[in-house]
Amino acid sequence: MQAVLLVDFGSTYTKVTIVDLETERIIGTAQAGTTIETNMMEGLHQALEKIPEPRDGWQFVRKLACSSAAGGLKMVASGLVKELTAEAARRAALGAGARVLQVFSYELSASDQEKIGALKPDILLLAGGTDGGNKEILLKNAEHLAELPFSIPVVVAGNKVVALQAAEILRKRHHPVVVAENVMPELNVLAVDSARLAIREVFLDNIIHAKGLDKAEEFMERVLMPTPAAVLSAAELLAQGFDDEAGLGELLIVDVGGATTDVHSLAQGEPSKPGVMLKGLPEPYAKRTVEGDLGMRYSALALGEAVGKRLAKHLGWTEEKVHRQLELYVAEPWRVPESEEESSFDTAMGRLAVELAVERHVGRIEVVYTPFGASYIQQGKDLTPLPVVIGTGGVLLRNAQPLGILAGAVFNPAEPTLLKPQEPEFYLDKDYILAAMGLLREISPLAALRMMKKYLVKI
Amino acid sequence: MEQKTLILGVIGADVHAVGNRILDYAFTQAGFKVINIGVLASQEEFIQAAIETNADVILVSSLYGHGEIDCRGLREKCQESGIGNILLYVGGNLVVGKQDFAPVERLFKGMGFDRIYPPGTMPDVPIANLRQDLGLV
Repeated sequence: MQAVLLVDFGSTYTKVTIVDLETERIIGTAQAGTTIETNMMEGLHQALEKIPEPRDGWQFVRKLACSSAAGGLKMVASGLVKELTAEAARRAALGAGARVLQVFSYELSASDQEKIGALKPDILLLAGGTDGGNKEILLKNAEHLAELPFSIPVVVAGNKVVALQAAEILRKRHHPVVVAENVMPELNVLAVDSARLAIREVFLDNIIHAKGLDKAEEFMERVLMPTPAAVLSAAELLAQGFDDEAGLGELLIVDVGGATTDVHSLAQGEPSKPGVMLKGLPEPYAKRTVEGDLGMRYSALALGEAVGKRLAKHLGWTEEKVHRQLELYVAEPWRVPESEEESSFDTAMGRLAVELAVERHVGRIEVVYTPFGASYIQQGKDLTPLPVVIGTGGVLLRNAQPLGILAGAVFNPAEPTLLKPQEPEFYLDKDYILAAMGLLREISPLAALRMMKKYLVKI
Repeated sequence: MEQKTLILGVIGADVHAVGNRILDYAFTQAGFKVINIGVLASQEEFIQAAIETNADVILVSSLYGHGEIDCRGLREKCQESGIGNILLYVGGNLVVGKQDFAPVERLFKGMGFDRIYPPGTMPDVPIANLRQDLGLV
């Protein structure tokens, strides 16, 4: 046996997956409450104890971890024009697995500085100007940031002409300051890979220590990446395949959690019909969006607000009853539905969360009437031909009707401008292994791919 | 000498793409850095592109006769966005039907455009004007 220990230190739960690389089997999975306040290792050991130990004890050949504990990787991004470099910076941060607290555009004002001070991000991503374009903003914002009263790790990914100069200014106050390639080297060209790598590097070298995760590293080999980055990495592998082992093709992953609903799409998203023009900033092949107002527990009230009366209508409940139930979920985030009624409430909530989250993730098509007839403009990704939708996340996996929830991801003929998948097949990450497989990809991509194909179940 | 940057696009609900490609080619050949935002471009897209790329001039094309409505307020929005002094050129079939060009030119001058070109203008005319206006000659 070649046992590999894969750990996800989540914000609420520490999830452990043990796999045998030789037979490509899952030996066991378990979870226990995350113990960030005391010692990360306590929660990990509690979870480990739930998996029956072989007689001669565990002999792990590798021990890898990812983490979203201690608030995850909190980032603030800043760019010049809101729809251009600021948006590109936001996408780069999301793709690196960060929780984006706020995005700033144009010159940072005194109140913006105060806000950044109050938000205390783990990493700040500074962009602005295309290569050879606007130079002032990067330099000015670097100067404003150098006035902050404390040091934050900064990744500079703006106009290359002044990036080094901006980094010099930032180094007067901040450490480390890493220079990456511009997130928007040319107008409307998105290039987030270099910035993503730089963010991960800073995460590995600095953030893990700052969050007390290094205690875990005494036992684990390394905390390799933020959990969402591991999920995105697994998704990419599953979509593209490895060597001769085919992947599933373009896919969408919906992660319905207690605090947020995350959507990952691995797809080009080019227009699927002729005569459609693409407009706006191109989107990355591996796109991740996080909906902070669409969680099933911690942010249940925000979800209630976002979906409005639809929840009550869907269930046939009074709005007051809906509100009481939502409040109950916020007060008891660990609550598992106790009655059939509560269970159907959970399903309806999940369904609407998925509907909205996927709606915000996918592209839309717009008809423009010109003197020469109708023209079609597409913004964002066309996911209508997408063959695969995968569901994951604590609340979804515990629900008795995951298909009822995931159906929210499907194209709705009543809203034909939203380019959601039309006839996808659904899979469930029943054993909750996606993050673990993203970690396993680092040492054995082929095994990770085969195991995902084996353990994700079609529903 | 530093390459000058220009924003090129077809404004409004206008989908004429061929002339746009030709202009892109001609200005690039003439040594300019062309940022082509293509057809169906809004005023905001022109301005955002100019800010981000630190452009020296915005070149607006309009071929479908609605140029006056589409271009109105562009100079004011530039001023509001902090690029009030940027050069604005416009050309094409700016108004409906065959009209005398002098009043059309006056109209667009009044809207804050620096150079206005009638239908059938060859690219070398604005190229020569650009060199002059940008102090390249």
